[in-house]
Amino acid sequence: MAYSDKVIDHYENPRNVGAFDKEEQNVGTGMVGAPACGDVMRLQIKVNEQGVIEDARFKTYGCGSAIASSSLVTEWVKGKTLDEALAIKNADIAEELALPPVKIHCSVLAEDAIRAAIDDYRTKQGDDSSETDEGRKSA
Amino acid sequence: MTVYFDHNATTPLDGRVLAAMLPYLQGAFGNPSSPHRLGRLAREAVGRAREQVAALVGAHPSQVLFTSGGTEANNLALKGVTASFGAGRLLISAIEHASVMASARSLAGNGWQVDQLSVDHLGRLAREPYVAAIADSRLVSVMLANNETGVVQDIAPLAELARQSGALFHTDAVQAVGKMAIDFAATGAHLMSLSAHKLYGPKGIGALVRDKALSLAPLIHGGGQEFGLRGGTENVAAIVGFGAAAELACSELVARRERLLFLRNLLEARLSAQIPDVVLFAQEALRLPNTLFMAIPAIEGQTLVLELDRRGFELGSGAACGSNSDVPSHVLAAMGVEVTLARCAVRVSLGVMNTEQEIEALVAAMKEVASQLRGVAAAAWA
Amino acid sequence: MSKTIYLDYSATTPVDPRVAEKMCRYLTAEYGLFGNPASRSHSFGWAAEEAVEEARQQVAALINADPKEIVWTSGATESDNLAIKGAAHFYAKKGKHLITLTTEHKAVLDTCRQLERDGFEVTYLDPRPDGLVDLDRLAAAIRPDTILVSIMHVNNEIGVIQDIDAIGQLTRSKGVLFHVDAAQSAGKVPIDVTTSQVDLMSFSAHKCYGPKGMGALYVRRKPRVRLEAQMHGGGHERGLRSGTLPVHQIVGMGEAFRLAREEMASENERVRSLRDRLLAGVSGIEEVYINGDMERRVPHNLNVSFNFVEGESLMMALKELAVSSGSACTSASLEPSYVLRALGRSDELAHSSIRFTIGRFTTETEVDRAIELIHEKIAKLRELSPLWEMFKEGIDLDNVKWAAH
Repeated sequence: MAYSDKVIDHYENPRNVGAFDKEEQNVGTGMVGAPACGDVMRLQIKVNEQGVIEDARFKTYGCGSAIASSSLVTEWVKGKTLDEALAIKNADIAEELALPPVKIHCSVLAEDAIRAAIDDYRTKQGDDSSETDEGRKSA
Repeated sequence: MTVYFDHNATTPLDGRVLAAMLPYLQGAFGNPSSPHRLGRLAREAVGRAREQVAALVGAHPSQVLFTSGGTEANNLALKGVTASFGAGRLLISAIEHASVMASARSLAGNGWQVDQLSVDHLGRLAREPYVAAIADSRLVSVMLANNETGVVQDIAPLAELARQSGALFHTDAVQAVGKMAIDFAATGAHLMSLSAHKLYGPKGIGALVRDKALSLAPLIHGGGQEFGLRGGTENVAAIVGFGAAAELACSELVARRERLLFLRNLLEARLSAQIPDVVLFAQEALRLPNTLFMAIPAIEGQTLVLELDRRGFELGSGAACGSNSDVPSHVLAAMGVEVTLARCAVRVSLGVMNTEQEIEALVAAMKEVASQLRGVAAAAWA
Repeated sequence: MSKTIYLDYSATTPVDPRVAEKMCRYLTAEYGLFGNPASRSHSFGWAAEEAVEEARQQVAALINADPKEIVWTSGATESDNLAIKGAAHFYAKKGKHLITLTTEHKAVLDTCRQLERDGFEVTYLDPRPDGLVDLDRLAAAIRPDTILVSIMHVNNEIGVIQDIDAIGQLTRSKGVLFHVDAAQSAGKVPIDVTTSQVDLMSFSAHKCYGPKGMGALYVRRKPRVRLEAQMHGGGHERGLRSGTLPVHQIVGMGEAFRLAREEMASENERVRSLRDRLLAGVSGIEEVYINGDMERRVPHNLNVSFNFVEGESLMMALKELAVSSGSACTSASLEPSYVLRALGRSDELAHSSIRFTIGRFTTETEVDRAIELIHEKIAKLRELSPLWEMFKEGIDLDNVKWAAH
């Protein structure tokens, strides 16, 4: 499997690995995938009072592309509002990392993780109205 | 000293080809299916070789399937392409290599009607019977150049007729490749068999070049290698050797051809001068530049090659694969050559390393053997 | 090839330098040994034929067979195809049922699938969880119309050794042919066809320090086993397999098998101690599972699942090591190893399996470096793994409802 330099860089030096306390009110946690499929991604966001994601953490069980996709996403969501973060599409991730076709599902999973984390955060805030369909499916 | 004149049976490996192969036996010895670095190196080497072989016949690399040799390529072509058909009619020329003949017999066992197409006295496929037979045939196999006579068939019009009537066309180019320019697309063939060891590459590796629109069933299952059409770990070193040999054959084609033609012209001139009753078969036909099929009347071919072997000259008495039988050449029989003369046939197939001195020495030896054997015959007669 | 530590000897082996040296003599013009063995009219052909026959004896000697029982092929895959299709088609009048294992090599499984398309019926038995065949289940699966049982000697992924003597007794008593894919066992496990009632046996050169593209099929003469040829042509190999014999490759296989016969005992001992060193080295890691029986197993194989770590990323982390996750022939696909699945391993553990196979040129230093790397990388990947974190928190992952993806 020939990986791009960017995948290898994220894989070898993953950004923002770790966890926030998922019980905290300002933390949103999204876990997507399944062990049996070979990928589980957990993305956590910490959102400030202005509704901006000020920090993110991830842990991923999966191939190099899955790890790189989630690592990249933690960098991208930081400083974004929730709606801006929701605008990140799997195609952007796949393009940035030059993922081969067999690895596109990793970028899809990363996009799902963003949605799941934001949904979790919004649910905690009692803001059910803004939950997205996609989020409901993968939460 | 031994001089080798049997290059249509097999050729020695070119030293440059060996140099290309060696790293893939020991250093970069990985299995191309392995995901790690050694696997990748092997995979890339196979990819490069595929490009080199494709370039030699003007094909796209994805059209080239590596096989264990010409025989497997011929088997795969005939059996693989007919697997999805019901039985039908198969046309082959009467002068095909044993591997095409035997594959056709195997198809006949599965209900195919196999008809042999006749050739003229120069070994060229007769047009009228072909035209008559093609209409209700599904597959045709006509070799590009014959291994015994070296006669080259003009296959493009034959393939064109086959295409017009909806039949598939296979050509066994094992003897031709490396000795003449070949453009797969221009021949119009759907399938073409190649072998490495006839062009200074290693034994045990060949290729089937195919029209990718064809549905081809594998002969050897398991592992999914070669686009799923030929299972088994790739013979990486041999594939690399085939690639290197193909590239050399491509770049040196014109020079080799000129050299071989010069040597054969010399051989034919000397033979005609020294042994006036020598018969040079198919001399008026378009032939491979290296091949001379000949007979010295009343000197049995097998005796002549054995006598020459004792004197250090290695010749074939026909196809290597058939040389354990006492049956004279089926090719000469198809050309209408009398059995008594056919029994005298020997094949000189030249290589790029042969020299003028070797040719002169061979002719002198032939003359000596001929006069000795005739002397014995004459003495016995007297 | 500098820093890569090669621990993938079951995928392929380098050609032994002694083998390579001998092969080279049969290639270029300088030794006069490049001839076509089918050229019966001159000495180059005879010399080639002599070399081919010497090699045939060498291969036969490793398994105590008669050289006449050895047929050259282009590799174990072709041998498997020839044995199974050749016997199935020859004996089709007697019956059209075959039995094999779900853990066989693709060369056997894909060949069986093809026979199913051609109107044969195949029973695929699951082995026991230790990878070995259950003889009672095998006996029960044999029917009056069963013509062939195909069971590999040593599994390529987990290295377990089947009891071919016991299976052979069973098949012989039932009048059923027994084919054994011995690609992974030749040179590692003693084989004696005069005591094992094996009828057909496939061999590969490149798993045993010989060249790729070369194999052989043992075809028993007493009682005689008949096959329908699959490759037609000049009638080479007594009509069973046509095609110009690749002399240098044959010579290479012969020499490789000669060396295997002479050096097997001492080499096995050395390789086993390295394997045990590796096993001891990784056993200290938490949540490590050994796949396959450790007793009835070739000495060079270790197959380990590292729980909560994904296989492909593990391979990437261990890129300094050349190892396999699953068999070399299937690792291009993203499916978990079907062999481990057949043993009842979960998808997760199958995904996280690594096969280490040690060989002739592996050193103690390399094994130690491998152990060090494995410790370091497993720790790093588990640090990254949400599953590991959940496991450490005492969460039962089986009870988590995962979002289907």
